[in-house]
Amino acid sequence: MRTLEVSIVTPDGPVFEGNAEMVSAKAKSGELGILAGHVPLVAPLTISAVRVKNDGKTQTVAVSGGFIEVRPEKVTVLAQAAEKVEDIDVERARAAKERAERRLNNNQGEIDAKRAEYALKRAINRIDLAEGRR
Amino acid sequence: MALRDLKARIDATKKTMQITKAMEMVSAAALNRAENNAKSFVPYMDKMQEVVASIATGSKSARHPMLETRPVKKTGYFVITSDRGLAGAYNANVLRHVYRTIQERHKSENEYAIIVVGKVGVNFFKHRNMPILDSITGIGDQPSFAVIKNIASKTVGLYADGTFDELYMYYNHFVSAIQSDLTEKKLLPISDIESPKATAAYEYEPSEEEILEELLPQYAESLIYGAILDGKAAEHASRMTAMKNATDNANELIGNLTLSYNRERQAAITQEITEIVGGAAALE
Repeated sequence: MRTLEVSIVTPDGPVFEGNAEMVSAKAKSGELGILAGHVPLVAPLTISAVRVKNDGKTQTVAVSGGFIEVRPEKVTVLAQAAEKVEDIDVERARAAKERAERRLNNNQGEIDAKRAEYALKRAINRIDLAEGRR
Repeated sequence: MALRDLKARIDATKKTMQITKAMEMVSAAALNRAENNAKSFVPYMDKMQEVVASIATGSKSARHPMLETRPVKKTGYFVITSDRGLAGAYNANVLRHVYRTIQERHKSENEYAIIVVGKVGVNFFKHRNMPILDSITGIGDQPSFAVIKNIASKTVGLYADGTFDELYMYYNHFVSAIQSDLTEKKLLPISDIESPKATAAYEYEPSEEEILEELLPQYAESLIYGAILDGKAAEHASRMTAMKNATDNANELIGNLTLSYNRERQAAITQEITEIVGGAAALE
């Protein structure tokens, strides 16, 4: 089977690099499954998981939004933050979740509320992925 | 100078030299890591640039407020300084230039606003009663993107909501351990997107406009982060050089002081001998 080159990069450096038979990600417009030879594509991602399948094994990476750039033989995910599932610090994610919830409840101003909501989503995404609920 | 005073000064200088030498080594290590951070940021930035360029240049229909120049009522200045001093001319370079530029371009305080990174910059502008819109201090020696994200997205947001109509960024660009260049960069509206190479025509999902909506703020934020990483490397390099110079100076000073100490000591001995010889001669 033909494989794709996959790299997931963040401002703090690459999080994942390797080959894959298939990459699945959740774009804003819906779930994407990408095989080698896909048309060139750019799509924004939701706060979700990117799954990289190779040799029957799946590597799951939590991403906080960002973009996916697809070319026939290469997939690049650009995210402001990304973590391999096994590297997620559940304790910290829980703390972040609580903090975001507190801020949402206090509700000061629209921008802060939006930011807290994003933080909450990110934290929930990480906790769920780490605990294998998604 | 008396012998005892000389000795005290030599000791004091030696102690100072120990400190500057330690700081030099710490900065050298920090510089190393800062360079690595800057290096690991490159792939992200390159990719980002490529995608932005291919959308912005590839299609004429793509329009976004961040790509369009609008009449300027207020200018934003994003200034990157350090939290601590003892870094040679690092902060002074940037601050002097920004101060002069603002004095030249603007007549009243309503025409500009400053966003500043680093304690030294905050104090500088506060002292001169210049309007600081936002600031961040204590970002550490190796800031991660998460630390910067807040102020970066806030800054981009202030442009989006019309608080200012253009944004300039000032920082020291790291060239080498002994050189850094003061850099002025027009950040917003985004104007000079150079494409590293001709890229494939993409399909956009859902549409170009919606992707630009998401992509451009993130692009601007990463430019800010890149500048901060660059500035950090320059800061460590500058501090390292400053501390190296201080250590060298201390060494030279110690050499001179030791020389006069020895001369002084020899003179004292010679005098004592003369006195003894003189005394003995008087007894004969």
